[in-house]
Amino acid sequence: MGLLTNLKDSISRVTDGLFAADEPKRIGIYGPPNAGKTTLANRIARDWTGDAVGPESHIPHETRRARRKENVEIERNGRKVTIDIVDTPGVTTKVDYKEFLDHDMEKEDAVRRSREATEGVAEAMHWLREDVDGVIYVLDSSTDPFTQVNTMLIGIIESQDLPALILANKTDLPGSDVQQIANAFPQHETIPLSALEGENMDEVYTKIAEYFG
Amino acid sequence: MSSPTPNADGGASSDDSDDGVRIDMISGARMEGLTGMEKIRLILDGVREGNIVILEEGLSPDEESKLIEVTMTEISPDDFTGIEIETYPKAETSNQSFLDKLMGRNSAQKLTVIGPANRIETLHKDENLISTLVSRK
Repeated sequence: MGLLTNLKDSISRVTDGLFAADEPKRIGIYGPPNAGKTTLANRIARDWTGDAVGPESHIPHETRRARRKENVEIERNGRKVTIDIVDTPGVTTKVDYKEFLDHDMEKEDAVRRSREATEGVAEAMHWLREDVDGVIYVLDSSTDPFTQVNTMLIGIIESQDLPALILANKTDLPGSDVQQIANAFPQHETIPLSALEGENMDEVYTKIAEYFG
Repeated sequence: MSSPTPNADGGASSDDSDDGVRIDMISGARMEGLTGMEKIRLILDGVREGNIVILEEGLSPDEESKLIEVTMTEISPDDFTGIEIETYPKAETSNQSFLDKLMGRNSAQKLTVIGPANRIETLHKDENLISTLVSRK
């Protein structure tokens, strides 16, 4: 029996090693502008690696390039999940540099920002079709989720058969309405959180392990 | 005023339509024989001329994804700020059968309205009604 147990343990260690050597899954963080994607990416990265992913801002399109944080190991209930987090620019169908002028920006800077934003959105769409293994879709729970961009993106994610976790972010805001998001996308589970305050992150990590492990 | 010239979809150019808004209603049959990029080109060429494009049967998710991507590459300051696009919410169109999904068919066709972002504004949308305000140039 002892021999058999040792053999079983050896096989188990080898297979565990083989799986550990697997490429980490690339999980794209998607959503409309200003939903808190980078705040969430930073929260996850800081909790598990100690580093941040990128700068956060209330000005739309602060993230204008997809940024990857590699080998983020998340441990949940004795199970380890290794993922690459891809923080993507907020998806939209329009970008007007004039909206940046309202944020005390010179025209030249606003034009450059809008150009970078359009390149970033195009890049994000390309990642979604080609380069991610799963999606965390982040929504601001204090705003109306019934937008065309949300409808289209969820449709695109579903058509790719990608596992998708919907997060209702910004529950710390007074107008937060998580149920509205759950009603908008009843075919998916909706997890409430405040990435800024770190509220309900335990459940978020449990779901990440469950969906992408 | 110059005489209207044919454009990509065989209609008249909207160069001379400063007094109104041109609406192109494109049937599913017309889109059926086109490739994904041809559909996107047809839509964006029309929208960039200031037209409102109404698709009888909409686009597939993959085509929608490419439409966003191509739109982003064409945005330029003081010229083209992108598109406004509206379809009915998914609840009305989620009845795609398993066989359709298996065969890659998009049976969940949905009326779709697309226009220049600076000229079209959605006033109301629900499962049965899309109400938009279209402004002149």
